Amino acid sequence: MTADTLTAGGDAAGNALESSYLNSGSGVLSWLFTLDHKRIGVMYLVAITASFLLGGIFALLVRTELWSTGQTIMTADAYNKMFTLHGAVMIFLFIIPGIPAALGNFVLPLMLGAKDVALPRMNLTSFWFWIIGASFALVSIVIGAVDTGWTFYTPYSTTTGTAVISITMGVFILGFSSIFTGLNFIVTIHKMRPEGMTWFKMPLFLWGLYSTAIIQVLATPVLGITLLLLIAERVLGVGIFDPALGGDPVLFQHFFWFYSHPAVYIMILPAMGVISELVSVFSGKHIFGYRFIAWSSIAIALLSFLVWGHHMFTSGQSGITNMIFSALTFSVAIPSAVKVFNWLATMYKGSIRLATPMLYVLSFLFLFAIGGLTGLFLGALSTDIHLHDTYFVVAHFHYVMFGGTVIAFLGGLHYWWPKMFGRMYSERWGQVSALLIFVGFNLTFFTQFVMGSHGMPRRYYNYVEEFTSLHRASTVGSYVLGFGFLIMAIYLFHSLFRGKPAPANPWGSATLEWETTSPPQAHNFDHELLAGDPYDLDALELDPAIDGWVRRDPRSIILAEGGGR
Amino acid sequence: MTSTTLVTLLDVLAGSLPDGDGSSFWLPPQVSTVARSVDWLFNFILAVSVFFFVLIVVVMVFFVIRYRRREGQKAESSPNHNLALELTWSGIPLVLVIMIFIFGFKGFLDMSTPPANSYEILVEAQKWNWSFIYPNGYIDSNLHVPVDRPVRLVMGSQDVIHSLYIPAFRVKMDVVPGRYSKAWFEATEPGEYDLFCAEYCGTSHSDMIAHVVVHPVGEFETWLEQASNFLETMAPVDAGRKLFQVRGCQQCHSVDGSVKTGPSLLGVFGQTRNFADGSSLTIDENYIRESILEPQARVVDGFDPVMPTYQGRLSDPEILALIEYFKSLDGSGE
Amino acid sequence: MGAHHHGDGHDPNLAHHFESADQQYQSAKLGMWVFLMTEILFFGGLFVAYTVYRVNHPEVFVYGAHFLDRGLGALNTVVLILSSFTIAWAVRAAQLKQISLLRWLILATMACAFAFMGVKAVEYNSKWKHGLLWAAKYSHHVEEADHDRPTAATDPAVSPDADPNRSAIPPAAEGPAGLAKPAGETDDTVAEVEPENAKVFFSIYFLMTGLHGIHVLAGIGAMIWLLKCLARGDFDGGHFTKVDMVALYWHVVDLVWIYLFLLLYLID
Repeated sequence: MTADTLTAGGDAAGNALESSYLNSGSGVLSWLFTLDHKRIGVMYLVAITASFLLGGIFALLVRTELWSTGQTIMTADAYNKMFTLHGAVMIFLFIIPGIPAALGNFVLPLMLGAKDVALPRMNLTSFWFWIIGASFALVSIVIGAVDTGWTFYTPYSTTTGTAVISITMGVFILGFSSIFTGLNFIVTIHKMRPEGMTWFKMPLFLWGLYSTAIIQVLATPVLGITLLLLIAERVLGVGIFDPALGGDPVLFQHFFWFYSHPAVYIMILPAMGVISELVSVFSGKHIFGYRFIAWSSIAIALLSFLVWGHHMFTSGQSGITNMIFSALTFSVAIPSAVKVFNWLATMYKGSIRLATPMLYVLSFLFLFAIGGLTGLFLGALSTDIHLHDTYFVVAHFHYVMFGGTVIAFLGGLHYWWPKMFGRMYSERWGQVSALLIFVGFNLTFFTQFVMGSHGMPRRYYNYVEEFTSLHRASTVGSYVLGFGFLIMAIYLFHSLFRGKPAPANPWGSATLEWETTSPPQAHNFDHELLAGDPYDLDALELDPAIDGWVRRDPRSIILAEGGGR
Repeated sequence: MTSTTLVTLLDVLAGSLPDGDGSSFWLPPQVSTVARSVDWLFNFILAVSVFFFVLIVVVMVFFVIRYRRREGQKAESSPNHNLALELTWSGIPLVLVIMIFIFGFKGFLDMSTPPANSYEILVEAQKWNWSFIYPNGYIDSNLHVPVDRPVRLVMGSQDVIHSLYIPAFRVKMDVVPGRYSKAWFEATEPGEYDLFCAEYCGTSHSDMIAHVVVHPVGEFETWLEQASNFLETMAPVDAGRKLFQVRGCQQCHSVDGSVKTGPSLLGVFGQTRNFADGSSLTIDENYIRESILEPQARVVDGFDPVMPTYQGRLSDPEILALIEYFKSLDGSGE
Repeated sequence: MGAHHHGDGHDPNLAHHFESADQQYQSAKLGMWVFLMTEILFFGGLFVAYTVYRVNHPEVFVYGAHFLDRGLGALNTVVLILSSFTIAWAVRAAQLKQISLLRWLILATMACAFAFMGVKAVEYNSKWKHGLLWAAKYSHHVEEADHDRPTAATDPAVSPDADPNRSAIPPAAEGPAGLAKPAGETDDTVAEVEPENAKVFFSIYFLMTGLHGIHVLAGIGAMIWLLKCLARGDFDGGHFTKVDMVALYWHVVDLVWIYLFLLLYLID
């Protein structure tokens, strides 16, 4: 690729480990005060991985306690704090920032052929808000933690003696981090697309990030005000949610879910975007149904604001309210289902490679299908009355959030890893880990559907004897899951030092991030790029000499020489 | 193959064919009039889900095998979109979810409309027990109902949001402070069933369990009459023991020495207790009365001030009976 | 790594990652509008809380509004509208490189902002003197003597414990607490009847005006920053983006106040 290398600084294969954004400035401060979106993305990756570990430890503690009825390893109060922290850490520190912060920050400007996001200082500010918010959460954990459940329902959360204020302050600040990320992505995608990249020539990952950003900026402020009201209730006694003052505790639920339902689409839309990229590249085929997938992302984002009441079917709200929310909930199901069919159709007559990212695509299709279909039981009013607040719900949301978002995140991580760090990881161990995670996940959570439909309520420290064997199976599964992640941590970390140097384009993708070295230079590209069809995989061919893919006509995507500053 | 057969076949696949009492792999016994329709919809959705899930997985596995990358072979060319196909696979799911919505809504209407002649029982939820108040004023910690008679519950909470859930009846409704919420059911089988709290409410949320006792025809009225008269028919110690059990005290206080949310009452009478404010005294009748009516006045050292007051909820004869019961807890064969 | 060549005489005001000054300006503008949308939604939550409470307890709002001084509220409204005018003019001045005028206009806007906060301080002080604070600290004394019905502030059954670390289990109530007056109370001897939970009006008042006040203070901070930039010569070349962005923010702050004035002061 030497003569055709589009960005100087790499070797013949396009690998640039010698000198890239990773070593373009040394010292901790050059990272903590960087404006480089790639470094910010990597710092976010480290941050959310640490959060996933912390949340995962809480999960294992919860599942261990549930090995037997009554006390196993902790008191009821400790258990209540464990499940609360598991939820709060996983949701606010890991999965909401998740794909947009850790992968999106890195990939978005590169996919646009740009040098950075539109507002780099805001990007760094967003990261710092994450750090500050996480610190408040840690303080809360250290001074005694919270036992309200991550949903903070009143009046319990306004009257419990635990450290509610510090953790809600933390979540409030984390909300700003999320808003700033979303705001930045909206401006970047609107204003910094390259020549040739009309809206419908954007890679679908960007449609995913864009629709997510819309939700982030519109929904998160409502969470902010909700938490502020909760704090005001505790500190000042304002009385909005206090029935003794004529307030309404159920009003809190409306406020809370107005954000938290769209929030779950913040979690899944970027994941769907990742899957669109992966399924096309690893099937060697153009994505099927591009327009529909793009429009469905926007549709899901908008519809997501209309269905929050389906978390409250038993709260005492009126029958009409219940009916409207149930009907709207089903409408959101359709775009998601159709995406699954489009992805399958992409595989039809393809040339499928079962590399690790593709294993995660297959896992995603399997697990997200279950997660989505079980949503039908919960959207229907009569069945939801029975299933609400049981383990059926717990299983449903783990299938969509973990089986959906986390699996897609892992697929994306393994896909963009060579670009981010210039190294390939061990394919063999990648497959082992993917299999362990798939098996462990199903063992942990499928049993929970059965428990739930038999009436096992959630957030239960103690349980009736009949559920013991199902709980034990679930606990065993959680340890298998943990083991799978341990293996992943080891081989990924190992690859940073000993992995085979990666070429510029190891997978044969036509999106623009692969048109620069692996890892990229600090300024990303040397030339102004002209975007074509991001799924025109025929424009690429495999070069065995470098074990990487190259464009048949590299000049075709250069708009103008230079343009670097 | 008719649709019923298909649904049945899929249900078999999904292990959801019901046993004699209506229970199946997925669901507990059907003991109320609405359970059957709820379960019917559950099984319908299950059939639809199994169908689409199997379809997706089989197609996926088939594609992976059939279109596995082969050396030197590229992907065959095929169109990148197909309007007819995309409309079809949007339209069919749309029709199905509309059906599911309608069935769910109709079932819900039944579940939220109590019949006119329902037997009304009041429910009070508090951290962490249930009180069921029968029409004659008798209060019990378990829910006794007659079989084959609609029962309507009018529920309120003393403190935080709870939720009354009886899996065997498929009924659930949140119990909210500051307002009354309602639920109804008609039990179809005598027996004893679990009643759970289904809205997280603190430390002993998972222990806030009651039992629903469905009495056979004719036996409910007898039970209620006997149970209600306990202050007249029982000796004070026995009446006190009954009150202790049915008014929720045993949820937080043991009589065998074990420490729960509140101190154990074994041997309580005549003991010296130390309080959080540093004072102490020997337990006598007056202290017991005070700790029932003004529990926050003197809290035993080492315990949280979480006991609710029974001011207005226990009459003087009832308090006397409780005092007599506590006196009997001297460890000598209680 | 490529060095930054500025040989083509590229403008130091243009950030490295932008292709053109216009792209940079458009990005800033879109960014600010999106941010202002988030502010609307943030305040929107409070407006929803207001609406819910007012629909359920209209008498509380009618009563509470009597204690707000419409004159002062109107004065504040005029002051803020004036400040929006001065800062809009400031944007124009920056476009026309009228540095001295720009400085005066920014100062005038700040003066209005300070005046607004001053009036607010007067109002808050008056509320404090009369015990008209948010629910937990509400201690309003109705002037009629011999009034020993328990107000919510003194009734231990309903006073919320301000200490956040104590669980406040309310004792058993006869019915849903808060929805009926305590038994045995009569109020027909009193000319002015204070509705139950009047104090929640003041909770809402302080929450909404307080949050707004914080945003006014942030606006003052932004204007101080503008003065700093001005002293540094940032606007000498006609680059008005920063002034434009602060002006946009300030207009929304003004707009929110107008709604607050309408909804809190003019209830009748």
